[in-house]
Amino acid sequence: MNNKTDLISDSSRSTRKIKHRILTFFSNGIWLVVVIALAFAVMLPFIWMIVTSLKGPTEVFAYPPTWIPKDPQWSNYIEMWKEAPFGRYFLNSAIVAIAVTIGQLTSCILAAFAFARMDFKGKNVMFMIFLSTTMISSQVTLIPTYLVMRTLDWIDTYQALIVPFLANAFGVFMLRQSFRTVPRELEEAAKLDGCSRFRFLVQILLPLCKPILASQALFAFMGNWNSYQWPLIITNQDSMRTLQIGLRYFVSGEGSTQWGVYMAAALVVCLPVVIIYFLVQKTFVESMASTGLKDI
Amino acid sequence: MSIPTEMKSTQKISPQRSLGMKRRKNKETFEAYLYLLPSLLIFAVFTFFPAIFSMVVSTFRWNLPSQPSFVGLENYIYLFTDAIESPIFWKSILNTFYFSLGVPINLIISLLIALLLNRKIRGVGIFRTTFFLPTITSTAAVSVVWLWLFHPANYGLFNTILISLGLPIQAWLRDPVLAMPCLIMMGVWSGMGYNIIIFLAGLQSIPGTYYEAAKIDGANSISLFRHITWPLLGPTLFYVLTVGMINSLKAFTEIDVMTQGGPLNATNTMAYYLYQNAFQFFQMGKASAIAVLLFILMLLLTWIQFRFVDRSVHYE
Repeated sequence: MNNKTDLISDSSRSTRKIKHRILTFFSNGIWLVVVIALAFAVMLPFIWMIVTSLKGPTEVFAYPPTWIPKDPQWSNYIEMWKEAPFGRYFLNSAIVAIAVTIGQLTSCILAAFAFARMDFKGKNVMFMIFLSTTMISSQVTLIPTYLVMRTLDWIDTYQALIVPFLANAFGVFMLRQSFRTVPRELEEAAKLDGCSRFRFLVQILLPLCKPILASQALFAFMGNWNSYQWPLIITNQDSMRTLQIGLRYFVSGEGSTQWGVYMAAALVVCLPVVIIYFLVQKTFVESMASTGLKDI
Repeated sequence: MSIPTEMKSTQKISPQRSLGMKRRKNKETFEAYLYLLPSLLIFAVFTFFPAIFSMVVSTFRWNLPSQPSFVGLENYIYLFTDAIESPIFWKSILNTFYFSLGVPINLIISLLIALLLNRKIRGVGIFRTTFFLPTITSTAAVSVVWLWLFHPANYGLFNTILISLGLPIQAWLRDPVLAMPCLIMMGVWSGMGYNIIIFLAGLQSIPGTYYEAAKIDGANSISLFRHITWPLLGPTLFYVLTVGMINSLKAFTEIDVMTQGGPLNATNTMAYYLYQNAFQFFQMGKASAIAVLLFILMLLLTWIQFRFVDRSVHYE
């Protein structure tokens, strides 16, 4: 406290304090109202999805629309599995997303380890090569990759959905960054104890980098679960379709679309990623922020 | 390690040691490439080869399932000048840029929301989560929901809102004029969360002392924003802008689920036209030419981004 404040009398100081309090109260109040209104607007499509998913075939087309379903049709969530082979789609999506996650993580760990902790000829060139892959977008590689798959006779196979995604330069950069933070002394100590480089990676480095590994894994899972264009192109048979594609073909002829069942299906398609997001929000958001990718 | 023992006693120890180190480095190089191998293989087959092959295919007439024949630059000339084809292609270019108008709109809205959320109040995290939710949900599922929101009948939610405001109902996605603004609107909604997260990180990296110093000098909140927040957020803004532009050039899922490029090609962008040519008309050569043009456009944006990032470093 300096002299100036000491000169102000007690009463004026307290009225000022109250004034300040009232002001912050009001500004916080206005802030809260604005933010809640915005949040509601953003959530509206989700709310409408949930509301519609509980409506029967007649209530869906009722005007004015109801905000609370009169007779909640929980059966929509059972119906959706019968309308289309959603069980099969779900299985396909799960197989592909899990396989890509494991494969991509493995290749990323190995490459990131080389970049972070090894000294080798051509390291900078290699790094530039990895970096340059981030500039080649999927639109450019789409047609040739399709032609390659056609030649290999891989159309409508799991490997076509999995193999092209087994490397990811963004993942390599993220992991490299965190591998570098582990102190050098640890590696030297391990080496003195006769630990090979690979064993050091598996037994010491990876357990130390669990959080980043988890977020990379989830990130890979999400990207693949949500992927749309590639599965659309590379699968023709119903039995090979993933959830995202199945959802698209769910819209049958005009008018006959069962929006209630359809919204239930859409909700089921979103759910796994949303659940994962709530479980590991923080790291998840960080890895999203660093790559700028949503789906492949 | 592998240095012969009799040599160890000699005076010239340094060349021997450097030889050993060299050998060790060679061994390390070999091992390192083993670690890089899986990624390199995948990149070679599924990134570099296709990128080059794309350019090769673009010089062929290749209508599946028939055999390809070399035509030089004919595909490009055809796209830009053919009487029937070129109007659609030009339209797809215009539509691509029209669609990317959503990016600056998104930027402004997300910045305003980020400024709102940049407060230390309990429970602010809930709102961040809320705004981020559209970003993580699958584009296909979200497009299906918006298809329902934009339903052209009176029970479509947006039409219900119009009716309650005393306005006439709209065909939305079925209306050639409104279809693109509808897609942009959904794009802004689903892309906002990502931008907000980036902006919040940018805002929180600005030292609080700057604001305090300016406040002591009598700055009001508008001039605080103009003279501190805006310039210091510049690089972040630019990053978000270019990444957003590149992503908007790639947009495919929402168009495929909601409009299939229609009505009357009103939402047919380059990325979608590429898909149509390749996988509906099976004209691989022509589609590859579009892919190459799209690629050049994206590289240009990436180059601009790198240039600006360099300059922003000097600024600080």
